Amino acid sequence: MRSWSFFLLALAVGLSFFVLCMVVRNDYLFFAGYVVLQFIVLATAWNILGGYCGYVNFGSAAFFALGAYTAIALHKLGASPDRYLPAALADLARLVLPPPIPVLMLLGGIISGVVGLGMGYLTLRLRGVFFAIATLAMAVVLQTLMINWDFVGGSRGAYVIRPASVSILGFSLGYIEYLFLVMLMLAVAVLTVARLIERSRLGYGFATIRDDELAAEAAGVPTLRLKLVATTISGAFMGMAGAPLPYYLGYVEPGAAFGLQYAVNSIAMPMIGGTTTWAGPLIGAILLGSLQQIATVTISSAVNLLIVGVLLVAFVIIAPAGIVGLVQGWRRRWGAPA
Amino acid sequence: MSIPIDLLANAVVAGLLLGGFYAAVTVGISISFGMLDVVNIAHPAFIILGSYIAYIVNIHLGVDPILVALIALPVFYLLGAAVYQVYYVAFERRGQEALRGLAFFFGLLFITEVALILTFGVDYRYVEAPYIGPTWRLGFVDFPLRMLVPCVVSVLLVIVLQLLLTRTFIGRAIMAVAQDQLALQLMAANPVRIKRIAFAVSIATAGLAGAFLIIIGPVEPSVGREYIGRVFAICVLGGMGSLPGTVIAAMLLGIVESFTATFYGPSWAPAVAFGFLLLTLAVRPAGILGR
Amino acid sequence: MSPAPLLEVKGVGKRFGGFVALEGIDLDVHEGERLGLIGPNGSGKSTLVNCVCGTLQNETGSVRFAGQRLDGLPAHRRTHLGLARSFQLPRPFRSLPVADNLRIPLLYTVRRRALLARSERELDERCMELLRMVGLEAKARRSPADLTQVEMRKLELARAMAAEPKLLIADEAMAGLSHSEIEDIIALLVRLNQQGVTIIMIEHIMRAVMSFSQRLAVLVSGRKIADGKPEEVVNNPEVVRAYLGQ
Repeated sequence: MRSWSFFLLALAVGLSFFVLCMVVRNDYLFFAGYVVLQFIVLATAWNILGGYCGYVNFGSAAFFALGAYTAIALHKLGASPDRYLPAALADLARLVLPPPIPVLMLLGGIISGVVGLGMGYLTLRLRGVFFAIATLAMAVVLQTLMINWDFVGGSRGAYVIRPASVSILGFSLGYIEYLFLVMLMLAVAVLTVARLIERSRLGYGFATIRDDELAAEAAGVPTLRLKLVATTISGAFMGMAGAPLPYYLGYVEPGAAFGLQYAVNSIAMPMIGGTTTWAGPLIGAILLGSLQQIATVTISSAVNLLIVGVLLVAFVIIAPAGIVGLVQGWRRRWGAPA
Repeated sequence: MSIPIDLLANAVVAGLLLGGFYAAVTVGISISFGMLDVVNIAHPAFIILGSYIAYIVNIHLGVDPILVALIALPVFYLLGAAVYQVYYVAFERRGQEALRGLAFFFGLLFITEVALILTFGVDYRYVEAPYIGPTWRLGFVDFPLRMLVPCVVSVLLVIVLQLLLTRTFIGRAIMAVAQDQLALQLMAANPVRIKRIAFAVSIATAGLAGAFLIIIGPVEPSVGREYIGRVFAICVLGGMGSLPGTVIAAMLLGIVESFTATFYGPSWAPAVAFGFLLLTLAVRPAGILGR
Repeated sequence: MSPAPLLEVKGVGKRFGGFVALEGIDLDVHEGERLGLIGPNGSGKSTLVNCVCGTLQNETGSVRFAGQRLDGLPAHRRTHLGLARSFQLPRPFRSLPVADNLRIPLLYTVRRRALLARSERELDERCMELLRMVGLEAKARRSPADLTQVEMRKLELARAMAAEPKLLIADEAMAGLSHSEIEDIIALLVRLNQQGVTIIMIEHIMRAVMSFSQRLAVLVSGRKIADGKPEEVVNNPEVVRAYLGQ
């Protein structure tokens, strides 16, 4: 299936789901659904670097939070431009800021992408383990920076007032429904991009980096450049996923933005779903995400994180190829043509 | 700009004391990562585990935390052996250690942290011992005993380990396995068993380091994550498998962190380690005493 | 006056810690030449290949290819310039089918040079053509894990050939092959050479090296101890002592 067809099909599926939710009229569906969609984006974005190239990023929370804090910073700037900007710019700021969510996403994506590129440039020349460790350390450092930066609220956090409704194409949407829709679009976009990469020359290059970087170089693959591309794309999408967070939560403090659930889920979902294809993170995100939403209301959120951690370790040991791998294995064993 | 000499001296001393402690924290990684090439990012989790065990026994039975840790050494040793066995069978043998091994240890790190949160909550815990509180004064320089005692014991620990590695058969076998597994096999020693012992030792040191940690300051479950950057920075800067290198690098990091805390504020400390790591990786990946 | 050599290795040295792997290696390879490189295990042959191709960086000396200095150039750039090698221990891309292993150099090296982009079908055909040359076409869609050691070496060679190099370094590509398979590979390499590809063959199988090479170089303990006509080199007493005479 060509990429355009895939995009339109995914869009159609997504929009149908959206319409279904609108008909059911249960606000909880939108709140929970937003989280699951967000994880689809995070898991797929992580997988572009982690699954396709084999470079593990432990700092997904950092890229995600960068997107959130970009949004907060612009929101604060827009709320009181006179305090921070000279008069001429302040007038412009009042007009432009805070920008609509899609623009915020783009900006969050750019910031996160650039940071990803910078960090990659510093660490990707070395072994994959050093990149992984650096991402872990980076998450802590970025959190430290945000705690110390009063402009975005520091450790006290920042409040964002979200409007009650938004009007699109003549329809009036509740704000949470609007956020859901935007995240849905982002999910469709990231899945299309992941699939496009998988089947392209770039995807082949990524696979060789994962399999044997030395042999890839000898075959003419510019491994450093490709790794930087993967890191930038991955970081950018994570930042895009984080940008609407302040509007979703209404209040953001560093502990929430850099929360444990982002770090572990962005790794667990692709590894449980399957890392070699775009479908893996999608399956992992939907399964785990829904499970967690249910568990959070029935048990506690800490227990549900524990379950995710245990599942991650179990799958990594027992079923390294994830659910996708298991399905492929069954199909091969029961006679489906290879 | 003139910096008051007593501030300077205290910053240096605090840094050295901290550095001694950091050496104990890192020596386990020097073994597991530097020598065995096992990327155990869950090392800080074992440290925190050690802290909490010291806490429980100290609070309920009043036993000195370092004593607790020493008694608990065999437990951590066995734990380390078990973890390595799982790691070896599941990943190293299959040749898939890169991505999956990392994910495995991250999972362990994560599970430990969440389990501790569930059991103890996120409040800071601390221990009580006669040397937590008093401070020796030497002129205008302070030597807080809660830092001095762990530092001294840490240095002792590193010395003991270095002696073990260089003077005993097992120790030399460990260093040999770090260099050339095949040669070791030809000498009819089992590399897997040697590596398991080494890894178990590294986890045992983590348990001990945990006791030091909770003596130096209160501990809560997420403190472990701050140490990942530090530990790997020191390990790399110290030349990967070199114990003396680790001590030097640990002192260096301790001093830089101490200076940062004194002149810029303590909340910037985690960033220092990361900066160190990046700098080391960029400039001299072989470390100070590297091979 | 003969033209400048295609490959000029001057004074190349490489250490690993205290171990000297290579010392003061001078080697020239002329365009169209068939050079054999022999020596005991551990003498530094593969290290030399790694330094020439960029997998390792030599500490002293210089490497020039087609007049261009290669110092500091990453391995993939050297491949783009026309240098290709097979690995002594095969390193296939395990998650790709056998045919796609050959696609990689086509996508990343050959396509860069081509003026017209080749279509997917042309790429597929070229992969199959290369597989036929080494006798692996039956296993095109299989995983490299299903190949025997010998077949993996053939794949290694095919992958190096796929990059359409000016200089091909075959590192022990014939280890474990049967008599007739060796003949086949030699014939293949000779054919390549006739098409203009300069070839360096690193081998232990003396019969193959002698029949293939126009010139022979000998490496022992990181030093070059002989370089000249095969018949002369083989009778060189130092060579006999260090490597041949058992």
